[in-house]
Amino acid sequence: MELSRDDIAKVALLSRLQLNDEELDAMQSDLQNMVNFVEQLGEVDTDGVEPMAHAVELHNIFREDKIAPSLPREEALANAPDEDGEFYRVPAVLGD
Amino acid sequence: MSSWIDLSANELLSQLEAGQVTSQEVVTAFLDRIHQVDPKVHAFLNLFAEEALQKASVVDERRKNGEKVGLLGGLPVAVKDVLCMKIGATTAGSKMLERFHSPYNATVIEKLEQADGIILGKTNMDEFAMGSSTENSAYNGTANPWDLERVPGGSSGGAAACVASQMAPLSLGTDTGGSIRQPAAFCGITGVKPTYGRVSRFGMIAFASSLDQIGPMTNSVEDAALLLEVIAGHDPSDATSLDRPVPNYREALKEPLKSFKLGLPKEIADFNPDPEIQKAVEAALEVYRETGATIEEISLPNLKYAVPTYYVIAPSEASSNLARYDSVHYGYRTDRKAMMAGLEEGDSPLVQMYSQSRAEGFGPEVKRRIMLGTFALSKGYYDAYYLKALKVRRLIRQDFDRAFEQVDAIIGPCTPKPAFKIGEKVSDPISMYLEDLFTVGANLSGNAAMSIPCGFTSENLPIGLQLQVPALEEERLFRIGHLYQQVTDWHQRRPSLG
Amino acid sequence: MNATVTDAAYTTIIGLEVHTQLLTKSKLFCGCANRFGEEPNTLTCPVCIGMPGVMPVMNREAFRLAVRTGLALQGKIASFCKWDRKNYYYPDLPKGYQISQFDLPFCEGGHLEVEVEEGQAPSKVRLHRIHLEEDAGKSMHDESMGGRDSLVDLNRTGVPLLEIVTEPDIRSPEEAKAFLTELKLLLVYLGVSDCNMQEGSLRVDANVNLHLPGESGETIATPIVEIKNMNSFRAVERALHHEVVRQWEEWQATGKKKGEVPKQTRGWNDEAGETFAQREKEESSDYRYFPEPDLVPVTMTAEQIATAEAEVGELPQALRTRLQSEYELSAYDADVLVNQGKALVRYYLEVADACGDAKLVSNWLQQDIMRTLKERNITIEELPVSAPMLTELLKKVQSNELPRARARDVFAQMVETEASLEETMDAMGIKQVDAGALRELCQSLVDANPRIVEDVKGGKQQAVGALIGQAKKKDPNVNPGEVRKICLELIQAMGEDS
Repeated sequence: MELSRDDIAKVALLSRLQLNDEELDAMQSDLQNMVNFVEQLGEVDTDGVEPMAHAVELHNIFREDKIAPSLPREEALANAPDEDGEFYRVPAVLGD
Repeated sequence: MSSWIDLSANELLSQLEAGQVTSQEVVTAFLDRIHQVDPKVHAFLNLFAEEALQKASVVDERRKNGEKVGLLGGLPVAVKDVLCMKIGATTAGSKMLERFHSPYNATVIEKLEQADGIILGKTNMDEFAMGSSTENSAYNGTANPWDLERVPGGSSGGAAACVASQMAPLSLGTDTGGSIRQPAAFCGITGVKPTYGRVSRFGMIAFASSLDQIGPMTNSVEDAALLLEVIAGHDPSDATSLDRPVPNYREALKEPLKSFKLGLPKEIADFNPDPEIQKAVEAALEVYRETGATIEEISLPNLKYAVPTYYVIAPSEASSNLARYDSVHYGYRTDRKAMMAGLEEGDSPLVQMYSQSRAEGFGPEVKRRIMLGTFALSKGYYDAYYLKALKVRRLIRQDFDRAFEQVDAIIGPCTPKPAFKIGEKVSDPISMYLEDLFTVGANLSGNAAMSIPCGFTSENLPIGLQLQVPALEEERLFRIGHLYQQVTDWHQRRPSLG
Repeated sequence: MNATVTDAAYTTIIGLEVHTQLLTKSKLFCGCANRFGEEPNTLTCPVCIGMPGVMPVMNREAFRLAVRTGLALQGKIASFCKWDRKNYYYPDLPKGYQISQFDLPFCEGGHLEVEVEEGQAPSKVRLHRIHLEEDAGKSMHDESMGGRDSLVDLNRTGVPLLEIVTEPDIRSPEEAKAFLTELKLLLVYLGVSDCNMQEGSLRVDANVNLHLPGESGETIATPIVEIKNMNSFRAVERALHHEVVRQWEEWQATGKKKGEVPKQTRGWNDEAGETFAQREKEESSDYRYFPEPDLVPVTMTAEQIATAEAEVGELPQALRTRLQSEYELSAYDADVLVNQGKALVRYYLEVADACGDAKLVSNWLQQDIMRTLKERNITIEELPVSAPMLTELLKKVQSNELPRARARDVFAQMVETEASLEETMDAMGIKQVDAGALRELCQSLVDANPRIVEDVKGGKQQAVGALIGQAKKKDPNVNPGEVRKICLELIQAMGEDS
């Protein structure tokens, strides 16, 4: 499949990656190569094959409903790029 | 004793137990070695010299007082910087996490501590474990100790290089598509990718969760057996970890293998491995024949699809795993003033903050894989790419299952080529991806696999032999590998670094 | 405005999506407390902050409560279900994805019977599916910096959340409200949620459009609108009313049908009493769902489902029926009691079973007790008069030891002083008047009031009331009925003597 510049821009937005024009061009060519490369999977007959999402055949793994200590707030916020001592701070969330 | 650093981990442990040397002396010897050669190799991102010596003195004290000492008994260990630790930053080789200080320890770190391993420091890696050369680290590349012009492999390049250059007797790497075995092959050491679920992933910064696994990188199979025994086991914090008893792997090595069958996949020839590598593998087969093994040709018909399958599944999972690096709760955030100044009418400052922070915090290969994965999961493409890859993954797994009905282990080269020159492949992602040709199968299937040194090229570059066994057959894997190391000395060769 | 559209002009089509938090002790994937109202960011840990390297492990109780809900709503519990990642960026979603269920939810189908108007046959609202997911945190607008910032609290992140999706079976805003009321009652009965809309433990989104008859008998559907931010059932009802009218007007103005414009999301402004268009994210619907690699699927055998079914307990509708058939209460009385909640019904059943007069007890609950609960803003569990205490009191009423009006005073006093029946009666000076003493008192009154005796003898039975009044003056504890009975007996006996 041929990837257009618009396709790349759309994927970049979904990925939350800002790309300038030059990067967009480079990414278009790189991604096209990668997509071409993985497209050889189309040759494989997978009719009736069950998808394999896990490498282990485990089921029903639970934890018991017990409370464990939470992090002290200073520790929870310690890595935040911007916080006010109580909350994480981000540019205003405006209807999105 | 010429130098403690020349001993294997098991030899050092015997000396420690016999009181011939203290943990502090051993740690000091390795720290000295690091100061001496790491400026050339650049395997470490961060050293915990003070903490290491402190912990060593505690272990020495306990041993002196006749108290119980853990399985690692004061042996130094190096840890790939993808494992979360409370001390130091945990960066995953990314600018994104340059200042990330984990408030918790990964389960394997806890296990190392409990076993009285002494953590020397954190080793370099490709950013978020994406790469086969360690060139994708945000913190300079690591050199191959056998040829400083060449890459050590990746993504656990620092982990491999530090063992090869005798800066640590034991190290932990992680393997998503070959990231332990390929650098082990390039650096001439032993690297084990355990069965998926054998070692807890809790605290390992995820690349592709259904493929990632932590494993030992050591001088010998015997040392790998020791380290795996420490880190393996069920962890209630990892829902995919296997609740099965951990065998005494070193004990298992003592039981000799009688007759066993090794399978050589006929498809390997289709990929034209380097002739010197082919020769070395043939010689290894001869060694095995002489020990009583039979070699059979087997077929892995979908082998050629393993890399494309991997390059759909791994980026898809990664695109989601790396979404958390959004500059809100931790990690790199772009400069707000500059960002706001660049806003255009109608732009959302929040979306812009995300996109710009991620663009600045991630390197090019990580971005490529996030893009590829996002694409493969997006509306209209999911079935053709992601779901298709999951189905081919099943077929690949079935190929292995059939092969293991026929043979006890699969044998072959670990990589198609020896270590390449720094910079040689950076501009060609696909050729870099083909480095994983022989290794990704074990990740896709969940089986255990290992690379052990089996010779050198004419340019004195190490060659790795890969052994693969069914899930949870690490004892068999170690026995077969150990048998080889008892009759060869490739694993004892050391690069000369002055 | 055309606010009164004839019923015949269109059919209202409503589907609801209800999110309800489950009453577990800890969060869905980590041990942080599931608690409302704590200081911001004090109930978080590396797992719910989504720090690098963490992994989720499913809370067993959350899954159990989810299954119980599905069974109570007559849904089909899946023998195999799994978790998926729903990928989107939002500051209150720290991993960049929400762990939810996409194509294989734990429960499909089901229904709830709803009585829209008293006396009308109940309508059946079918359920599409129910799935279990994690809640997100909360973003708040920060006004302190001129509104340029939002603040994020992750205490709610990872709280277990059920999403209950109905089929578009609801035909009026009143029916929507009735459905929600009955659903809330059921969830509270099950003990799976406290359904507190103010605290956000129950949240409702509504999808609404209109079906109109086309010219050639076909059905025309108007575009579906999703309404959000409704903070009470009343708000849901009002918003739907408003939206129905708005859509009718829009249809008349534009003639746009479903499919001709994208699905719209509208918010509800309760003060203004109107819905308003919300900004759409262009790529908002591409959530790139894929199987969560860190969680394994859950399977349930038929036996396990049967066991869970046995634990569901008696549900509101069954209770209403039982109160009518076994306790002979009217449909109205049964409804009032059941709608008060499980604890009050339990209280009722205990007292009614002990007293044997179901109607008497029902009256007491609906009058004195429900009024007291309301006045004091307490629950039945907090009422100082326990079920055995009320039983004791009502037995005295039944045996005529306490006149009804006096018993109500005693009850009020018991609520006030939290004392036992005996203590209260003592304190109020209510003594059991000895039968002999009472007879003596009556005799003395009869003796002292010959004129009244004459009147009674002469057929004016009501004249005996004056004797009762005198008796109460002499002893306030006398039972007026008893006095009346004894005096009449004595007077009759006198007649026989003479």
